[in-house]
Amino acid sequence: MYDAWKILVGLAIFVALFTAAFWMNAGKAAPVPEPKIDTPEIKKMAKAERKCVEDKHFMRTTHMQLINHWRDQALRDGNRDYINKDGKKYYISLQNTCMKCHSNKKDFCDKCHDYTGVSPYCWDCHIAPKEEPKRNEL
Amino acid sequence: MSMNRREFIKIAGLSTLFGLGGKGAFELLRPGTLDAAVHHGEEHAPEEPAEAAIRWGMVIDVEKCSEPGVVDKCIKACHSTHNIPDFGNSKNQVKWLWRDDYEHTFAGNENEYMDDHVKELPFLCLCNHCDEPPCVRVCPTKATFKRPDGVVAMDYHRCIGCRFCMAACPYGSRSFNWFDPRKALNEKEFNMEFPTRMRGVVEKCNFCVERLAQDKLPACVEAAPQALFFGNLADPDSNVRQILRKRSSMRRKLELGTKPSVFYLV
Amino acid sequence: MIEKALKGEPRYYMWIVFLLGIIGVGFGCWLYQINVGLGITGMGRDISWGVYIAQFTYLVGVAASAVMIVIPLYLHNYRKYAKIIVFGEFLAIAAVTMCMLFIVVDIGQPQRMLNVLLHPTPNSILFWDMCVLVGYLTINIIVGYNCLLAEASHRPHPGWLTPFIYLSIPWAVSIHTVTAFLYAGLPGRHLWLTAVMAPRFLASAFASGPALLIIVLLIISRVSKFDPGRDALQTIAKTVCYAMIINLFLVGMEFFTAFYSNIPGHMHPLQYLFVGLHGHGKLVAWMWAAAPFAAIGVLLLLIPPARRHHGILAFACASVFIACWIDKGVALVIGGFIPNPFDRIVEYSATFPEISITLAIWGIGALILTVLHKVAVTIREEEAAT
Repeated sequence: MYDAWKILVGLAIFVALFTAAFWMNAGKAAPVPEPKIDTPEIKKMAKAERKCVEDKHFMRTTHMQLINHWRDQALRDGNRDYINKDGKKYYISLQNTCMKCHSNKKDFCDKCHDYTGVSPYCWDCHIAPKEEPKRNEL
Repeated sequence: MSMNRREFIKIAGLSTLFGLGGKGAFELLRPGTLDAAVHHGEEHAPEEPAEAAIRWGMVIDVEKCSEPGVVDKCIKACHSTHNIPDFGNSKNQVKWLWRDDYEHTFAGNENEYMDDHVKELPFLCLCNHCDEPPCVRVCPTKATFKRPDGVVAMDYHRCIGCRFCMAACPYGSRSFNWFDPRKALNEKEFNMEFPTRMRGVVEKCNFCVERLAQDKLPACVEAAPQALFFGNLADPDSNVRQILRKRSSMRRKLELGTKPSVFYLV
Repeated sequence: MIEKALKGEPRYYMWIVFLLGIIGVGFGCWLYQINVGLGITGMGRDISWGVYIAQFTYLVGVAASAVMIVIPLYLHNYRKYAKIIVFGEFLAIAAVTMCMLFIVVDIGQPQRMLNVLLHPTPNSILFWDMCVLVGYLTINIIVGYNCLLAEASHRPHPGWLTPFIYLSIPWAVSIHTVTAFLYAGLPGRHLWLTAVMAPRFLASAFASGPALLIIVLLIISRVSKFDPGRDALQTIAKTVCYAMIINLFLVGMEFFTAFYSNIPGHMHPLQYLFVGLHGHGKLVAWMWAAAPFAAIGVLLLLIPPARRHHGILAFACASVFIACWIDKGVALVIGGFIPNPFDRIVEYSATFPEISITLAIWGIGALILTVLHKVAVTIREEEAAT
């Protein structure tokens, strides 16, 4: 092999760089996120009514498609009513429906989004609710 | 979602044949996919009748606008409702509703013998929500589109910021976000019920579609009900049609064939 | 094949390093623009397209001009162009690439660019422009690369390539026609609302593109052993000359229509460009620089002894290239926005980052052109040596 030394050093640098992310994060598993649903608005609801527009499992796995669909339906079709599978009607609005209950973006949205390493740009435009500093932080 | 691979390939192949590309197949498939996912089937409103029953329009009584404070009140109502940034310079300015004089609003129709009084009247300018909007014609992504009720709307999520619509609009009614608009907004004065925009998209007056959806009048009309009138141009008995029958009105640059829905009474 | 671009004389490397330097500075400015916004440019709510879109428009013409070599060679079997055809095609590749980059830097949300394909909108000319540009780039890569391959192995180009070559002819016309339609179909912009926009675009393209090709070929014949052939250069020069005369004729038509009809809206942008309007006249000096360049260029190209002298030929071609650039790469786009829809005059001047990004894209184009032409030249030199 010509220039064997150069090739081997190059290969070593490549492998080191390529796998750097693994080495740097080794042994530092992030804790599984637990989004909080203890906002004042949710607490006001009776236990039995404490439900999102659809069930928890659906919201957890499919909220992005639902929101995407809501956007087109409200903005493009001008239809701002959503009827869930129990026949209950909701007003389609990220700021005025979703975030009215989930007024804790940091402890709700960001928890999982940070964990999974996604950064949706919803809040570049949509205004996140003002969050009160938590009592235990004071 | 009950469609097997064979059927998918058939539809995709057919639509490719018709020059629609793979996109056509997706259009056919996607609503179904989502319906299945969200467990409900009738989210689409029934089709509008061929001739739209509603065509929103606005009539501006310029004489009434000249009463002290009226114009400023309208502009303020609009700007605070829609979180419109103020960059403090004309280069980066975002405009939804603003004032100008007769000579410039009706550029090309100047009349040198006109009464000085008219020359000094404040004309409110906004998107004309044209019946034949050039901005909609040129948009490469359908980010700006005309709703069945005549409102020319913007989908900020889809806008790529090419500014073709700004070149096409003969009324200067479109603004680009040259910088992050939040930098020119006071966070304490946010209207929490309406979004801001982001850097790199075009925006304009939306005829308050978010308020129309709740059966409210546009913010500017609500602020000055004696000077601005909003109603259904398609209904011969509506308030706006009655006014337009009684008084002579003007529209901007009619010769371009855009058919504006904003009328001025002088 | 591409490895032939890796070996060269020191001055070849110095040229590459110089281009990389310009590209580097511009890239830095672009990162700044991406992070802060397009507000760092001179564009604003009244002049909403500036130097980027103007360069795009100009370079579409340069790209389309390859057809001026393709038609004589493949339709009329003018063999003297056989040696230089790939240089024309590679020029087209470099120009189309620059066009696309100018669009990328101009739009506010480049990461959403594929929305144009995701939501195809046939009523938008921009959608069609994207289609024809991508198509033209593809055709030229296919044709240019295969012609070069065939030449390297001393064979005629493969038969399946011929339809692509023929297709490239109407396609070249289409890219500049569609680009003209971007402007010519907008109500209320009087400078642009003209039926001769597309013919004018084509005429100026067929002048400026071949002019650039002559300059490039003259440089190549200086720095390498490749000789493009005297007759070939003279024939291109005649193309440049007549295309430029037609271009100037069409510009004259614009003046007649605007000023004889005496319609203020039609006169105002031309007045702004050539004499200034209401005390504003930032572009007047540019226009009066373009006029003599155009006249001198045409005159020198018309006189056979002058045209035959390579120094004068290069000067004449540079004059034409610059005159067309000022017309299309500066005045046409910016002048179209003046006065604004409210009959007010807002002027535009490019900022440093904007100019730097613009130069970087020209640098990328020059780099692509250099590398591709280096490959083509090396193959010819090797051929001559054997």
